[in-house]
Amino acid sequence: MTFNTASFLIQVSALLLALAALHKPLGVYLARVFEGTTSTRPERLFYRLAGVDAGTEQTWSVYLRSVLAFSAVSILVVFLLQRLQGVLPGSGTLTGVDPWVAMNTAISFVTNTNWQTYVPETTVGIFVQMALLAVQNFLSAAVGIVVAVALIRGIARAKTDRLGNFWVDLARTTFRVLLPMAVVAAVVMVIGGVVQNFSPTDVINQATGTTQSIPGGPVASQEAIKILGTNGGGYFNANSAHPFENPNVFISLFQVFLLLLIPSALPYAFGRMVGDQKQGYTVAAVMGTLWLTSVSLTGWAVAAGQGTATAVAGGLGEGFEQRFGAAPSAIFAAATTLTSTGAVNVAHDSLPPLAGGVAMVNMMLGEVAPGGTGSGLYGMLILSIISVFIAGLMVGRTPEYLGKKIGPPQMKLSAMYILVTPILVLALAGITVLLPDVMTNVPASGPHQFSELLYAFTSGANNNGSAFGGITSSGPYLSTMLGIAMLLGRFLPIVLVLALAGSFARQGKIPTSAGTVPTHGPLFGALLLGVTVILTALSYFPALALGPLAEGLLQ
Amino acid sequence: MTRTTTRTQTGLATVPETLADGNPLGTPGDHKHHTKAPAKLTASSVAAALPVAIRKLAPRQMIHSPVMFTVLVGAGLCTAICLVRPSVFSIAVTAWLWLTVLFGTLSEAIAEGRGKAQADSLRASRQGVQAKLRLPDGGTKEVAGTELRLNDVVICEAGDVIPSDGEIIEGLASVDESTITGESAPVIRESGGDRSSVTGGTKVLSDRIVVRITAEPGQTFIDRMIKLVEGAVRQKTPNEIALHVLLVSLTIVFLVVTMSLAPFASLAGATPSPIVLVALLVCLIPTTIGALVPAIGIAGMDRLVQHNVLATSGRAVETAGDITTLLLDKTGTITYGNRRAVNFFPANTVDMTELIEAARLSSLADETPEGRSVVDLAAGKGVSGPELAELGRGPEQLTVVEFSASTRMSGLDLDGRQVRKGAASAVTAFVADLGGSIPAEVGRRVQEISAQGGTPLLVATATHDGARILGTIHLADVVKPGMQARFAELRKMGIRTVMVTGDNPVTAKAIAAEAGVDDFLAEATPEDKLAVIKKEQAAGRLVAMTGDGTNDAPALAAADVGVAMNSGTPAAKEAANMVDLDSDPTKLINIVGIGKQLLITRGALTTFSIANDVAKYFAIVPALFTATYPGLGLLNIMGLTSPASAILSAVIFNALIIIALIPLALRGVKYRAVSANQALGRNLLVYGLGGLIAPFIGIKIIDLIISLIPGIG
Repeated sequence: MTFNTASFLIQVSALLLALAALHKPLGVYLARVFEGTTSTRPERLFYRLAGVDAGTEQTWSVYLRSVLAFSAVSILVVFLLQRLQGVLPGSGTLTGVDPWVAMNTAISFVTNTNWQTYVPETTVGIFVQMALLAVQNFLSAAVGIVVAVALIRGIARAKTDRLGNFWVDLARTTFRVLLPMAVVAAVVMVIGGVVQNFSPTDVINQATGTTQSIPGGPVASQEAIKILGTNGGGYFNANSAHPFENPNVFISLFQVFLLLLIPSALPYAFGRMVGDQKQGYTVAAVMGTLWLTSVSLTGWAVAAGQGTATAVAGGLGEGFEQRFGAAPSAIFAAATTLTSTGAVNVAHDSLPPLAGGVAMVNMMLGEVAPGGTGSGLYGMLILSIISVFIAGLMVGRTPEYLGKKIGPPQMKLSAMYILVTPILVLALAGITVLLPDVMTNVPASGPHQFSELLYAFTSGANNNGSAFGGITSSGPYLSTMLGIAMLLGRFLPIVLVLALAGSFARQGKIPTSAGTVPTHGPLFGALLLGVTVILTALSYFPALALGPLAEGLLQ
Repeated sequence: MTRTTTRTQTGLATVPETLADGNPLGTPGDHKHHTKAPAKLTASSVAAALPVAIRKLAPRQMIHSPVMFTVLVGAGLCTAICLVRPSVFSIAVTAWLWLTVLFGTLSEAIAEGRGKAQADSLRASRQGVQAKLRLPDGGTKEVAGTELRLNDVVICEAGDVIPSDGEIIEGLASVDESTITGESAPVIRESGGDRSSVTGGTKVLSDRIVVRITAEPGQTFIDRMIKLVEGAVRQKTPNEIALHVLLVSLTIVFLVVTMSLAPFASLAGATPSPIVLVALLVCLIPTTIGALVPAIGIAGMDRLVQHNVLATSGRAVETAGDITTLLLDKTGTITYGNRRAVNFFPANTVDMTELIEAARLSSLADETPEGRSVVDLAAGKGVSGPELAELGRGPEQLTVVEFSASTRMSGLDLDGRQVRKGAASAVTAFVADLGGSIPAEVGRRVQEISAQGGTPLLVATATHDGARILGTIHLADVVKPGMQARFAELRKMGIRTVMVTGDNPVTAKAIAAEAGVDDFLAEATPEDKLAVIKKEQAAGRLVAMTGDGTNDAPALAAADVGVAMNSGTPAAKEAANMVDLDSDPTKLINIVGIGKQLLITRGALTTFSIANDVAKYFAIVPALFTATYPGLGLLNIMGLTSPASAILSAVIFNALIIIALIPLALRGVKYRAVSANQALGRNLLVYGLGGLIAPFIGIKIIDLIISLIPGIG
């Protein structure tokens, strides 16, 4: 398989143009949804059923408790109903899911990770897929968005302890943003050839005369929100490399577009909600620069991988989907790891080592370019706060971000946010290496074995969900460790972000002057980019050296 | 004409005027009488600081700096390993780790040492001072100055050192305050009014005063000053705490990075030795800034003291850097303390030269600034003549007519010819008495000048033939040179200036426009000042102001940075969070600069410290793993000689950079009045990009040298 540079460039440009065209209208729409005061009928019904007073706003701690309670209940429901699969309708011959797998899956889908330690075709039926996993695809994406919205409100508001109402934000995100967009996306996918039916298995006659059973199902509807909500949990084990999920190059590119769509529109909504569009543009520009750099590096690494000795021994063929070719695979791999999606159309294990390394770095950046729905934006805003802190000191003023002072409490919350994922990844991977029994689940050897392990924890703690493969994570130890990584990697940052939102909202607003560090424009953008890259490099460089770098530079 | 109360004691120029005239708006460090601590490190200052630095290695003290404490623990660990399994490499690394910690404490000790000399001389001024305590029965008793308590009453006479801080309740004296201000000109202190406070350790030169003590033992001004310059009362400021949070977080990340590296590397079969891991950890954690933070803080306070400003807390200094609104008193700060002659307007029938000559004559004996300004203006217009002394020696009979409250005129009688200048109404009456009248155009001119906010003075002569008015002198506020440029600078820094004056709005507006301030407050009462401060603060701005009167106290307390003049009342000083010993209101502008410089230095060194890590990774990571994965040799872009020399070079660089940056930490990063964006761009380039590149060069050079050592290269 060869890497077609021209097609690569055309596809990247097409994506860039499409996102540039849509980020503004969608951003305006998102801002309007969150600043609005009216309720639609399904929302009112939801409020009545849930006993929510839509007119009351919550403090940050109540908002946080709502997020945590909602997520805890979700995990419990998804876990229990998976265990009860045998008695539920639409499950065919499938029985209850193994407890470790059910636990891991419940956490995985509620945390927007969608790490799949199970083989969907043989583990879960239509009920679990539609009533549990697809629902969580919507809700976990919505949770990320509402947390980002709460942070934006904290920044935009002054001298209040109210951040909005979690249930209202959740309902609006689901009913007004995700559902309509998912419907449109699903229709496009069906037209594009993605399967949508309710027959679990099709028996078809092959040309050879033998018969083969192929599982079907409501794939397109699930696929739409899997991508749109940066979830990534595939209907099939092969995920977006499966022809029913991703039949052709057009749909593949459409999926990349969809997974970048909401995260890249959120900065515009942010700029609008804080009343300074330049802020939104700067964040978007930094995200865009990182994305372009990353996708170019991936493309370069894939292209460079085709002529080496490894290529001769199967090279770019193994693990790549022949229908797509190398270029769309590189674009997909970059986008899925830069967002918190984790859907794959190529086995990342089979990417040339340096391309696999780029995929890891993408996640290690904290998935901020443009990141998961909501989580990408709040990650970038935390990095902005760290950047503005350093910048503020360097111009001789107590640092402030959009009129909010960055004092010790704000710095504590932001610094802890930055600590969470590197510590989870490095500590959990470090402990795992010390357990020889567990390491038998990662049978490869040398730097590649380490890459697989590092990738798994990086993916879990950053709520990505893509796998490098080569690792069996369904056992009690790994499914628990990855479950911990996913849970803490999702909810510790959310706790910190909401606390930060609360502390910002309580503050007054400092008017800007010539002495204020502008948090827009090329200079601040460059600083933010530098801080993001350097913080990542400092945390992960030795580990990357022992994994993908060692493998990629092996001579 | 006007006479100010301070001018009645001619010859005892008060400090504000001396400074305001000589140095209207100095840049930091240019006050001539300041003892400027050397910015360069001298061998003797290092030698003096060394024992202190070693004492500071005690873990109990080190724990306050988590970054350096981590290095201390690492150094201890390596020492233990060296004892068990010594090698050239491990001993060298361990020695340099200890040096890293020592360099950190050394920087702090040097910074403290610079204030110590000053503290010692202050202490000496209080040694053995005896006080004459007034007893309830009216008698006096000699007691040690240090035993005086609050509300004791003491008597100080010429030649006495004032034993403690207090307020004059009786009498007037000239006081030498050079021990605290460095200014040798004596100042007048008197009971009542805004100049009633005296400072312990200063000396009464003349007269006798009765002083009520206002400070508890150990809490006097000089005690506070000693603590300040010795760095004994340093508390972490909010910005310092926030920075510590960042540094501690980075330390935690790097602890996890190095600790997890052990199992990761063992998987590859390349388990690094504990010494190497400690070396890596120390290189990565932000030791440069961690070591220099205390020195930067102490040096910042020291700079303030060098400017003769005392701050009650480091927090106030930092707040000064955040100030967005400056309330400046017009008189003495923006304009000269007194009005000056700016023009002559002769009556229609009078020749200009005649008016100027008469005006000059009438002012020769007038020692007030107004009077002198008339003589100066005359000279400026090319009119000069004999001095007063020459006239006295001349053939004509000379009588000096002093200003009096009843006549409100002054001038000379020269052989029966009377020359007078004075307030318009007084001179008109004087002329009318002698049969003269005021010409219509002169009357109009008087009204015109008044309307502009100036003071009109009339000049008249009288002989036995009668009296006539010669014309008008226009006295006006004169804006000090350079003010407009300075305010433009402040504007560029994002600071608004508000002029506060008792003048009417018309006058205030004219001067505000001339000086280039952003806003003004006319006919201001202390309550108005307070209201302006509250209003600015409600809009989220931070306000600084100066004041000296008791009625300024509420505003001083409300302002984010309140600077009291040392000549002010105890109430004002109590309410303020800084006291300017020079009583120079323009100092506020320098204080803002010092506050900013403090933060900039911290920020610049933090950036430098973090940027340094990139090069250290490129030194250490290939050194650790090239043996196992030869491909990683590509990362050795510096071409370092051997793994041992690479690691040692990084450790040595990490230690030496602390020493190299001590002078910068003490001196502070140069502060320029430019917009935040320009300042950021510049500092990012110098300390960010510089911090990225410098260690690549430094480590390479060190490697070239130490690779010659057997067992390393």
